[in-house]
Amino acid sequence: MHAAVIVFPGSNCDRDLAVAFEAAGAKVSMVWHKDTELPAGVDIVGVPGGFSYGDYLRCGAIAANSPICREVATHAERGGYVMGICNGFQVLTETGLLPGALLRNAGLKYICKTVGLKVATSDSDFTSGYNAGAVINIPIAHHDGNYYADADTIAELQAEDRVAFTYEDNPNGAQADIAGILSANRRVLGMMPHPERMADPVHGGTDGVALFRALTGALVTA
Amino acid sequence: MKARVHVMLKTGVLDPQGEAVRHALGAMGFDGVKGVRQGKVIELDLDAGVTEADVEAMCEKLLANTVIESYSVEMI
Repeated sequence: MHAAVIVFPGSNCDRDLAVAFEAAGAKVSMVWHKDTELPAGVDIVGVPGGFSYGDYLRCGAIAANSPICREVATHAERGGYVMGICNGFQVLTETGLLPGALLRNAGLKYICKTVGLKVATSDSDFTSGYNAGAVINIPIAHHDGNYYADADTIAELQAEDRVAFTYEDNPNGAQADIAGILSANRRVLGMMPHPERMADPVHGGTDGVALFRALTGALVTA
Repeated sequence: MKARVHVMLKTGVLDPQGEAVRHALGAMGFDGVKGVRQGKVIELDLDAGVTEADVEAMCEKLLANTVIESYSVEMI
């Protein structure tokens, strides 16, 4: 599997994400935001966490309009895999690759802690390494993680089994406890929690590893 | 020519920052504030010939996220 990790000015989880992909057996290319094409043969694009463009205007808004994001959208439209974590999730909603938006946390505070996440579906190449209903421990670190979409969109996500993860104890006011969602073709994942920060014993846990291994397994055999 | 763009969270979208401001005003003794909604104002300095329709396109594509925000354009 060949993964590309996008690097924006202000990204700060790009190398962690690369390490997690590599540990799962992927070849990783780092791609600068001003690049106008993805490396040949990329299977999955990782959009990392951080504070792209200083979160100016809205989190993810300027990154979503950067040159490389047009290529990421084209890759997704061709059926390619994309995974956005934290600020990456915000970028993917701003590009329109995923529905909804991430609002300021309901309690107004930046929250950095490990939370219980329920795997809401195992029916995706991101979540097939978990049992549906399993609860895993993954850190969150965000100020704007409060998932919002209109009632019709939430109902559609639920009806189509596109909610990937829900919070056990909703930390940020997200609608329907949503922590992560899938695109209609189930190949684009956006999630606020950081599986790459729970991917090595030195992180204090390895609950994120199954996500990266499942992806590598699915994309090697694809 | 300039344009002033007002961006507000849509009605029905929770505005926790506005709510915090409302609480603070009440705590300071300013009574009678029933609600506070916080938005932003963006001023654009434009070349002659840029139209209101152009500014609206900028709002749709970047300045506002129409999933959660509404906007209005004032040419000044």
